[in-house]
Amino acid sequence: MSLPEPFSGWFASRGWQPRAHQLALIDADRAGESVLLIAPTGAGKTLAGFLPSLVRLAADPKPRLDTLYVSPLKALAVDVHRNLLEPIAEMALPISAETRTGDTPHSKRQRQRKTPPHMLLTTPESLALLISYADAPEIFRHLKCVIVDELHAVTGSKRGDLLALGLARVAKLAPEARRIGLSATVAFPDALSAFLSTEAKPDDPRVRRVVLKGGAKPEIGILRTKEETPWTGHMAHHAIPEIYEQIKKHTTTIVFVNTRAQAEIAFQGLWRMNNDNLAIGIHHGSLEPEQRRKVEAAMARGALKAVVATSSLDLGIDWGGVDLVIQMGAPKGALRLIQRIGRANHRLDEPSRALLVPGNRFEALECQAAIDAVMNGELDGDPPKTGGLDVLAQHLVGLACSQPFAPDEVYREVTGAAPYRTLSREDFDAVLDFVSTGGYALKAYERYKRLRKMPDGRWRIGNPTLAKRYRMNIGTIVEAVTIKVKLRRGPVLGEVEEYFINTLTPGDTFIFGGRLLTFEGLRETWAEVTPASGGEPMVPAYEGGRLPLTTHLAERVRAMLEDSSIWPTLPKAVEDWLDLQRWRSVLPRRGELLVESFPRGEKEFFCLYAFEGRNAHQTLGMLLTRRMERLGLKPLGFVATDYVLAVWSLKEVQDMDALLDKDMLGDDLESWLAESSLMKRTFRNVAVIAGLVERRFPGKEKSGRQVTVNTDLVYDVLRRHDPQHILLRATRADAATGLLDVKRLADFLVRVEGKIRHRRLDRVSPLAVPAMLDIGKERVDGAGIDDLWDEAAEALIAEVMDPRPQGKLPL
Amino acid sequence: MSPLTVNGADLVADHAGALWWPERRVMVVADLHFEKGSALGLPPYDSRETLARLEQLRERLNPAQVIALGDSFHDRSAESRFDEEDGRRLRRLTDACDWVWIEGNHDPAPAALWGGRVAEEIVIGPLVFRHQAERKRNVGEVSGHYHPKLSVAVRGRMVTGRCFLSDGTRLVLPAFGAFTGGLDARDPALRRLFGRGLAAHVLGVSRVVRVPLG
Repeated sequence: MSLPEPFSGWFASRGWQPRAHQLALIDADRAGESVLLIAPTGAGKTLAGFLPSLVRLAADPKPRLDTLYVSPLKALAVDVHRNLLEPIAEMALPISAETRTGDTPHSKRQRQRKTPPHMLLTTPESLALLISYADAPEIFRHLKCVIVDELHAVTGSKRGDLLALGLARVAKLAPEARRIGLSATVAFPDALSAFLSTEAKPDDPRVRRVVLKGGAKPEIGILRTKEETPWTGHMAHHAIPEIYEQIKKHTTTIVFVNTRAQAEIAFQGLWRMNNDNLAIGIHHGSLEPEQRRKVEAAMARGALKAVVATSSLDLGIDWGGVDLVIQMGAPKGALRLIQRIGRANHRLDEPSRALLVPGNRFEALECQAAIDAVMNGELDGDPPKTGGLDVLAQHLVGLACSQPFAPDEVYREVTGAAPYRTLSREDFDAVLDFVSTGGYALKAYERYKRLRKMPDGRWRIGNPTLAKRYRMNIGTIVEAVTIKVKLRRGPVLGEVEEYFINTLTPGDTFIFGGRLLTFEGLRETWAEVTPASGGEPMVPAYEGGRLPLTTHLAERVRAMLEDSSIWPTLPKAVEDWLDLQRWRSVLPRRGELLVESFPRGEKEFFCLYAFEGRNAHQTLGMLLTRRMERLGLKPLGFVATDYVLAVWSLKEVQDMDALLDKDMLGDDLESWLAESSLMKRTFRNVAVIAGLVERRFPGKEKSGRQVTVNTDLVYDVLRRHDPQHILLRATRADAATGLLDVKRLADFLVRVEGKIRHRRLDRVSPLAVPAMLDIGKERVDGAGIDDLWDEAAEALIAEVMDPRPQGKLPL
Repeated sequence: MSPLTVNGADLVADHAGALWWPERRVMVVADLHFEKGSALGLPPYDSRETLARLEQLRERLNPAQVIALGDSFHDRSAESRFDEEDGRRLRRLTDACDWVWIEGNHDPAPAALWGGRVAEEIVIGPLVFRHQAERKRNVGEVSGHYHPKLSVAVRGRMVTGRCFLSDGTRLVLPAFGAFTGGLDARDPALRRLFGRGLAAHVLGVSRVVRVPLG
C-alpha cells in the first residue's frame, strides 16, 4: 500500500518514508475499523492518527464535522493543532481544523456549532458540553472519526469515565464513526481496546491493535552524590550540587520532582548555586497559566537550560532539545518512569538518558527496582476500574439537557462504554432516581427535580435554568479550594490550597513560584504577599502529586532485600545499612510480613515492613491504633511511609497475629470511616461531580451568615439515615482504591495471615530508623483532635499572656 | 461540659451544643433550622437528626424549660415540608416541658401546631434570651443567629469546631441544626459584640474545650 498524492509527494519532500503503522492506520480506515495505536514517544503517533482523516478529507472536502480529536490537556490540543496546520498549509489542503476548549471565545464556539470545521480539537469536558446541546445530533451527524490522544492517561480516572460516556453518545449520534486511540506503552492494553470498542469488548474484532516497539533502550542510572543518601526525607536536596553539574553538561534538562513543594525547594537550591547564570525555570500546577505558558514557550525555543517540573509536564508537548531527564525522589512506578524518561530525546533511534536521585535509603532500593523493571520491559499500572456512579449521574443530566431520553435506550447506550460494561440495571435506575427526585420519595423535593418524566415515559430536563447550571458545572476535576497569591501592588503569582493559607499568620514567610514571600494577610479573595528579605521559609505543604508505590515495584523491592548479592550495586551507604540490619535483626522476606518491636524511652514501638504504599499504611495505622485503644495498649501515634508503618504505645503488643487479624476490615473499618477526614473529602468530590452541591466559585463573597452547606455535615447525616444512598456507595467505591486504598490493604491482610514473623528486639533496628526519624510529622484523628484543641488553647493562652503588643494575635 | 458564668448566672456549655442552666433547669438551643435539607435540595434527614439529638438531651438533662433561640425552622414553608412522624416527635418534645419558641429572622412565628409558646424575647433572672445579639453591649444577653465556629492552626493543620462565645457579660450559642454551617469567631461581625476576656467553648470530638481569645 502507498500514500495517495499529494501526501506521498509531501513525505518525499521532507525526506520521509511513510511508516508501517501510518499505513496500517489508513488501511484500517478504509476497512472501517477502529485502531489502538501503542507506540513510544517520538514515533510520530499524532500525525499517524490524523493521516487517515487528512487523506479522506483531501478527497472529499465538503463542509461537515468529520474528525473529533480529544486530548486530556488543553495545551496539548493547542499544540497538536499548530502541528496539524503545517501539513495542511504545505499541501494546500482544503481542510479546516480548529480547537475548542474552555478558552475558546463564546462567539467562536457559537459559530462552531452552526458551521463546524472538518476537524475539531477538544477536551473531555468540552465534548461533554457539546453533547448536552439540543443540536448535538446535527453537529455530529457526519462524523467519521474520533481520535483520543494519550489514551493511557485518561482511562481509569473519572475523566476517563466521562469521556467513555461521551463517546457512547457520539457513537449513537454517528454510528459510522470509528475510534483511534493513541497510547504510550501500558500494562493493560485490553482495557484500552475495550475503551475503543462500541460494545466495550476487550477483544472486539473491529478494533485493530497496532503496536510499535520502542527503539533504542534508554540509559538510566542512579546519580552518585558526594553526600551520602539520607536516612529519611523525600526532597533529595543533598544531590543539588551534582544535579547542577549535570545541567551544565547537557543541552537541556528536565528535572522531575514528585510534589509542588519539592519543586519549589529544588528550584531554590539550584538557583542558590547558579553562579553561571544558567536559565533554569520552574513549572507546576499552582503557577498562573500565563507563567506556565511562558516557561513552555521558552522550552520550545530552546531558551532554557533546565526546568524543574512536576507531573504538569508528564504529558504532551514535544521538545526536541531535551537530552537529559533527572528524577528527584523515587519514581513510584515503572510506567511513570518510562513516561518521564520519554520526555528526553524524542527520537526513536537514539537512547533517552535519565538519572534517578533517591531521597532516602528505601528510595534507593525503589529507584534500582524501577530501573530493573524498565530495562526488563516490565510494566505496572492499575487494572481497569468500574465507572463512577457520580460521573454517570452527571452524564444523565447532560443527556437530558440535549434531548428527552428513554431509560431503556440510555441504559443500553451507557453499558456500551467500557467502564460501565457491568453496570446493573438496578444501579442505573438508582442513579436515574437520584438525578430526578434526589432519591427521596418526598413531596418537599418536587421543586428540585432535575429531570422530569414525560407522559410517554421519557425523561427531560426540569427547566432551562437547570441546563444552564449543569453546563457551568461540567467536569470531574474537583480542585481543593484554592486562594490566589498576589503581590502587593503587583500581579497574581498563582494559587495555593486554602488550608495552607489558613495555617499562616501575617509575617510568616513561604516559598512560592521560586520566590521567598512574606504573607501579609487575607484580602477579599486573595492572599497578599510581599517579597521577603530572608529568614526561615515555611514551604507550601501542597498535597498534589504524592502517589503511592505501585505493587509491582513493592514486589521488586522485597526481592532486592532478600537477595544480598545485588546489594553492592546500590549506593555504599545503602549497602552498609542493609548489612547492619542483617547483623542486628533479619531482613524482610518475600511471602511473609516482618514485624520488629522494641522499647525506646518510656514507649513501646513496632515497625511493620509491609511495602504497600502510604495510603494503605495510613489506613492500617488508623485501624490498628483504634484496636489497640480497645485492647488497653494505650497507643500514642503512628507514622506511615511507602514502605513501613511504625506504631508506638505505652504498653507492649504481645500477640501480633491477633492484632493484624483481617476482621479489622469489618466493624473497625466501618466506624473509622464514619469520622475519617479522607472519607469526607472523597464524599465532597462525589457530591460535586454528581451535582448534589455546586462547585464553589472563587471570588464569591461570603455573607455575614453562611448559606453554603458543608458536605461533611451531609455525609454524617446520610451515613446514619441512608447508608445505601447512591452517593455513599460511590464514595466507598472511590475509597477502595484512592486515598484510603482499602482494597490493597485487604489483599495484604489476607496474604500475610499466618505468615507474620515477629522479632522482639532490645533496641531500634537499622531498618526502623527512617520511620523513627519521621515521628513527629504524624497526623492525629478522632479523639486526638481534642488534644490538639488543648494545645491550641495553651498556645493562645501563652499569646494572651505575652506582654508584647497584640498586633500578631489572630483577632 | 464547660462551666461558665454570664452576668452572675452559672451555666454549662454542653458538649451536645446546648446551654444548660442547672439552677433553673433551663435548656437553651439555637438555630435548629429544621428542614434546611429540603430547602436546598439536599438529603432530607437533617430534621430527624436534630430531633434525635434533642431527645437525647431531654433524656439526659430532664429540663423544666426549653428555649429555642429562633431560626428553628429554616424558612416559612418549612413546616409544610415536615415529615409526619418527625412532626409527632417534635410535638412529644414540646409537650414534655415548658417549651419557648423565640422568633427568629427565618421563622417569625412557628405554628401553634408544634406546641410550645412563642415569644419575641424572654427574661429570666439576670439573663435575657433573644434571637440575635443587639449592637449595644447588653449585659446578660443570651442569643444565637451567628452560628459561631472556631478554626485554629495547630501543628500545621486546621482544627475547626462549633463554639459558644462569651466574655462573661453575654453569650452567643453555636447552631444546633444538623446542616448548619458557621461564621468564624474572628469575624468582625461577631468580635465586636464582645469586650475583653472573650473565650470560645469549642465542641470537640468528645468534650468541650475552652479556648481563650483575649
